[in-house]
Amino acid sequence: MYESMMKVISGYGLISGFAVIGVTMWLSYWLSDKLTRGRLHGSAIAIFLGLVLSYVGGVMTGGQKGLVDIPLLSGIGLLGGAMLRDFAIVATAFGVNIEELKRAGVSGVVSLFFGIGTSFVAGVGVAMAFGYTDAVSLTTIGAGAVTYIVGPVTGAAIGASSEVMALSIAAGLVKAILVMVATPFVAPMIGLNNPRTAVIFGGLMGTSSGVAGGLAATDPKLVPYGCLTAAFYTALGCLLGPSLLFFMMRGLVG
Amino acid sequence: MIIYGVAFLALCTLAGLFIGELLGKLLGVPANVGGVGIAMLLLIFVGGYLHKRGLMGDKSEQGVEFWSAIYIPIVVAMAAQQNVLGALSGGPMAILAGVAAVVLGFAMVPVLDRLGQKKPAAAADKSLNPAQR
Repeated sequence: MYESMMKVISGYGLISGFAVIGVTMWLSYWLSDKLTRGRLHGSAIAIFLGLVLSYVGGVMTGGQKGLVDIPLLSGIGLLGGAMLRDFAIVATAFGVNIEELKRAGVSGVVSLFFGIGTSFVAGVGVAMAFGYTDAVSLTTIGAGAVTYIVGPVTGAAIGASSEVMALSIAAGLVKAILVMVATPFVAPMIGLNNPRTAVIFGGLMGTSSGVAGGLAATDPKLVPYGCLTAAFYTALGCLLGPSLLFFMMRGLVG
Repeated sequence: MIIYGVAFLALCTLAGLFIGELLGKLLGVPANVGGVGIAMLLLIFVGGYLHKRGLMGDKSEQGVEFWSAIYIPIVVAMAAQQNVLGALSGGPMAILAGVAAVVLGFAMVPVLDRLGQKKPAAAADKSLNPAQR
């Protein structure tokens, strides 16, 4: 009987994913209602639960994909994988108000450059404080603070050591996870409650997964505005990282 | 039919990602250049056009709305496969770099919001001057 059950659960992975995530959502909304009287949004709890579970999964299996490395739960990987995630993010754009988007358009583009700049400076500053002095390592860690994709792309292009690359990926991961968890708490303080600031927020933070999760937990109506700018962030980072930013760092530290 | 909406969404997504790939090749960037963003813009503008012309029925729209509604569960599934262990085992430097980037980013949101709002006011002032002459 046990074997038959396992066969069904792992053989119908995507369906199991829907079931597991559905139950998680129900539990999260129930917790939100009972423990916080709805003050902390159910989806924020669900995302946090997801992250905790992925930590548990990582500890249990030593793998890199959190909960998905547990064979029985691999279906969640299909549901939360890049394909369905991007498909659903595009679908959120259906409710977008074109006027709001036009009004926020220019600030969105400006925020992209600002966002990559500030993240890069923050990463380089911390790397310097920890004793890194060469332009290659500083640029790679700074690029990692931009996103965990920009970090290794930049590092590979300018020849960083694998240790520095691992650090830059970790910095980017911390950023993505922190944005998911912290956004609903910080949102009221920074005026993140309208399409305009959501466009700016997406451009500043950029990390697609972080912005997608953070805005979903804050207000699902803001998701398309933030994700739209965030979609361009990683590519711009990959473009600037090994070129302009690296040349600037080389000019600064020699 | 609901499938028309789903197919429309699929065509927008594929077209956007395709343009993003081409842009990446052109710019020499090893990434998809804004494919998801371009797909969203396609959906907004082409979808809006079809809606205005009455070419998109209620049922078709439900095909898009379903995926938009299933978005949060998908994000939860995405959260469940982040490399949280990897992020935390990167050591204090990686954690600090990530935290610093996020704190600076949050702090910049209200700053940029204000910056952008001043600009149109200043532009309005400038356009007033020649009119006064």
